[in-house]
Amino acid sequence: MANALVNVPPRARRGEIIEIKTLISHPMETGYRRSQLGATIPRDIIRLFVCTYNGTEVFRAELHPAIAANPFIVFSIVATESGTLAFQWTGDNGFSASESAAITVD
Amino acid sequence: MDRDDASRRAFLQAAAAGLGFALIRVVPVHATPAAMDGAIRKVVGSSTISKGRVTLELPPLSENGNTVPLTVSVESPMTQAEHVRAIHIFTELNPQPDVVSFRFGPRAGRARVSTRIRLANTQTVTAIGELSDGSFWSTSANVVVTLAACLEDA
Repeated sequence: MANALVNVPPRARRGEIIEIKTLISHPMETGYRRSQLGATIPRDIIRLFVCTYNGTEVFRAELHPAIAANPFIVFSIVATESGTLAFQWTGDNGFSASESAAITVD
Repeated sequence: MDRDDASRRAFLQAAAAGLGFALIRVVPVHATPAAMDGAIRKVVGSSTISKGRVTLELPPLSENGNTVPLTVSVESPMTQAEHVRAIHIFTELNPQPDVVSFRFGPRAGRARVSTRIRLANTQTVTAIGELSDGSFWSTSANVVVTLAACLEDA
């Protein structure tokens, strides 16, 4: 099971821009490396990261093999209402992981 | 003597042929600046790309190409009428020119993202910002890489 970490401030003022940090453990195998026997190691990467805020998509990242192992993404959103932030990672070989965080907006 | 000479000649000819074969077999491992331009065109289409508005923060020298911190931002008020739609990152000499595409809306508040990338070589990294009015802005940064990514064996 993939290990995902997200850092969301638990409280924010309405309209405030908050910073969100996400980290997930994944080898991000490029598909360009070879094993000691000379065979190409097949690609195994996370292709897509999506962040939704109470069901509405607010940020998306399309990843390629040039993203370092254990993808770390920091981005911002506007705190508009109290609710849930959901994070979804999907990738090769049926990889899928999700995480969520609650936020209170006053 | 003659026989030795002849076999030496034959050996040299065979070696030269082998070398020629080896040279023909060499295939480019890396993308080229032309491949990067191609990848950029795929995103941008026929629009013109202006310099500026995009800020790309990368270390000028990176000891480990396997994880290079990158921060990119685009100046924008991020309102419904005027916001950044996407930021795309490209490299010149990685096996593949595309690195990542970030997509935003006005609810992102600020078009600024940090991540960590891999660099296969000392090269130029280009960031393209796509605005809601359909314009494209770009900037480039040069990174010297001491230990290259992608080439090590598992």
